Amino acid sequence: MSATDRDMLKLPKKKFSMWNWAWAIFMVVGLILSVQETNTSLSQFFANFGQFGEIFVAMAQPDWSYAGTAIPYLVETIKMAIISTVIGSALAFVYSLLIARNIIHNKVVTGVLRFIMNIIRTIPDLLLGSIFVAIVGIGPVAGICALTVFTFGVVVKLFYEAIETIDPGPSEAIKAVGGNNMNNVMFAVMPQILPYFVSYALYAFEINVRASTVLGYIGAGGIGLQLKNTLDMFQYNQTGMIILVVFIVVLIIDFVSTKAREALMR
Amino acid sequence: MAEQPMIELKNVTKVYPNGTVGLKDINLKINKGEFVVIVGLSGAGKSTLLRAINRLHDISEGDILIDGESITKAKGKQLRLMRRKIGMIFQSFNLVKRSSVLRNVLAGRLAYYPTWKTTFNMFTAEDKQRAYEALQSVDMADKVYTRADQLSGGQQQRVAIARVLTQDPEIILADEPTASLDPKTSHQVMEDLKMLNEKYGMTVVANLHSIDLAKEFGHRVIGVRAGQIVYDGKMEDTPESVFNDIYNGGNGKGEE
Amino acid sequence: MNTTTMKKLPPKPVTTKQRVVKWGTWILSIAIVIWSCTGIDFGGIKDTAAEISGAIFYGLFHPDWSYVYNGSGEDLVSQLWETLCIAFLGTFISAVISIPFAFWAANTRHKKFWVSETGKIVLTFIRSFPEIVLALMFIKAVGPGAPAGVLALGFHSVGMLAMLFSEAIESLDDGPSEAITSVGGSKFNVAVFATMPDLMPAIISNTLYRFDVSLRSASVLGLVGAGGIGYPLIIALNYRQWSRVGIILLGIIVMVVLIDWISGAIRKKLV
Repeated sequence: MSATDRDMLKLPKKKFSMWNWAWAIFMVVGLILSVQETNTSLSQFFANFGQFGEIFVAMAQPDWSYAGTAIPYLVETIKMAIISTVIGSALAFVYSLLIARNIIHNKVVTGVLRFIMNIIRTIPDLLLGSIFVAIVGIGPVAGICALTVFTFGVVVKLFYEAIETIDPGPSEAIKAVGGNNMNNVMFAVMPQILPYFVSYALYAFEINVRASTVLGYIGAGGIGLQLKNTLDMFQYNQTGMIILVVFIVVLIIDFVSTKAREALMR
Repeated sequence: MAEQPMIELKNVTKVYPNGTVGLKDINLKINKGEFVVIVGLSGAGKSTLLRAINRLHDISEGDILIDGESITKAKGKQLRLMRRKIGMIFQSFNLVKRSSVLRNVLAGRLAYYPTWKTTFNMFTAEDKQRAYEALQSVDMADKVYTRADQLSGGQQQRVAIARVLTQDPEIILADEPTASLDPKTSHQVMEDLKMLNEKYGMTVVANLHSIDLAKEFGHRVIGVRAGQIVYDGKMEDTPESVFNDIYNGGNGKGEE
Repeated sequence: MNTTTMKKLPPKPVTTKQRVVKWGTWILSIAIVIWSCTGIDFGGIKDTAAEISGAIFYGLFHPDWSYVYNGSGEDLVSQLWETLCIAFLGTFISAVISIPFAFWAANTRHKKFWVSETGKIVLTFIRSFPEIVLALMFIKAVGPGAPAGVLALGFHSVGMLAMLFSEAIESLDDGPSEAITSVGGSKFNVAVFATMPDLMPAIISNTLYRFDVSLRSASVLGLVGAGGIGYPLIIALNYRQWSRVGIILLGIIVMVVLIDWISGAIRKKLV
């Protein structure tokens, strides 16, 4: 090996180790700072671990008789998730077409609309929930509003990216036969993106079912309210029952929706 | 021919936003019923030239007349009606893969309908039959309800030709129609183009990579290099040296 | 097209099964949507809804700037900083816990099928255990405040993070680990010498991504009393201090956008 070869091999290694140092220092400083700020101490955690374990053990023995009470609330929760998935995805569908740069060529329009979308996407679901509870009052409507906005954020992001990655060839062909922008959307774009859209809507539905189960905690309808009540009354075995039924329903919905999405993509 | 040319380019120049010159001061007349092949290295501007004709690419200077009418100045609906007269065949077929063959072929009729009708898929029975007949003439009738992604490359290109046939244009622009196909299917596709030219009297302008196919099917050769026309003449009068020249000093290898 | 030999377009060949499946899917979907609109009380909307949303918007554009920093430790900057720290520490803890879980759940060769399957089921369970409930359990254990939030995030994120890690392990090249086994290394040796170095980029990238998610979670944990910016927000909402709600929302948005941007840039650099 010649001298120059050795030099060429050495340089990237040095750079890499510098990055590693930067990382290590950043991590250590970050850790020290955040431990101080949050007053977290492991000893405190282990000292109280018994209490945590007790709650967990109580939850692990679910109160089966409570299932009858829990299930109607769970049904309401699922209904909320369905309504908001439908509305949120429908809004997202139109919006995605408006911010896809291969459909709308006006960069100002797409830029402004994208900015709004990115802002909406930063707000977490429970935060949306508490805002809507403040606006429309306690009840499932607040939850539906929150999940609708949340679904919108999830689907828009995935969907417009899918639209922008479609094959531009068919659009060119539609343009060449004398088609206008609407023809382009209906004939070249839609067939390519519809399966993605349904798939993303189903995916959003999966997330919504999980999210809707806790929304009730802040008063936005569904089973979350029961979650709060049982916890407040120290009925941990009832809480355990709720978590169990939610878990089963989530598993079933995930399974069905995964199968449906696989079938769609064929 | 004394009548006006089908396609006429007047001092056409195209400069890309990054400063690259695509076409440089091109003057060209193509008459009705001609079968023109454009040859040249990749990047010479063949594709830009073709896409300038139906304005998939806008030009920077000059004017392009289709049947005496300026496409450069056309706007909106007028532009789309002019494009209706110009069919195009692409290297990558540009079919919608997830749609049926029939729907792909019917897309050729889009500019004959108001938008709302096509949006709700309201094509007339007559046009459906027209599409089916177009498929029969390229020998693809049995695949009419098959999804386009289940076809081979050669079959897809024939569906694309059926789409053009359904469009019923006066001009056909073919951009490297055979570049993605094997030699045998390439030949078949070129035969189909020849059929459109001879049977329906459509004017064909094709970019070709393959000199052999160019020689076999073209009536007139246009050589392009660096955005300029360097040769224009009848095929039978064109000596071998011209091709060697176009492909850079006799180095014509690897162009198939 | 004048040839008389042309055939008529045949009707589309559709089997009964295809037709049943198609219509069945449509009818079922529509029925489900209609069903879900029944029995939900849409009437309970407050009359003041429009007024309040107007007030929140007004607050967004006329935020309470005096709240940004006042040195009391109860201001926006300190609360956001606490939120950031909760997310950081929570993510760190979960990354550490996730590594052994990931090895457990990864379906690699030289390993019995049921081992990784049970691992995956455990992870699915952790994933669907609601964060808020976890936070409440920790509040009972360590009292309200930031530590409960840290622990809740630390445990909850394991479900997703370990799954991502285990997928990364599954996609790794088998060669290096075979080499370590062939020189007589134990399973632990294999993990440390062969798997970990190759895995590092995936671990860092996925952890950063999880940090983004955890930051959003950390900003709501306060709603149940587990520290961070969520608590002052719910107080401001309850007391109808709209300009304070506005500044808190702005603060959260700016923080999340900034962190997303930074972590996105780092992840791009890693790939």
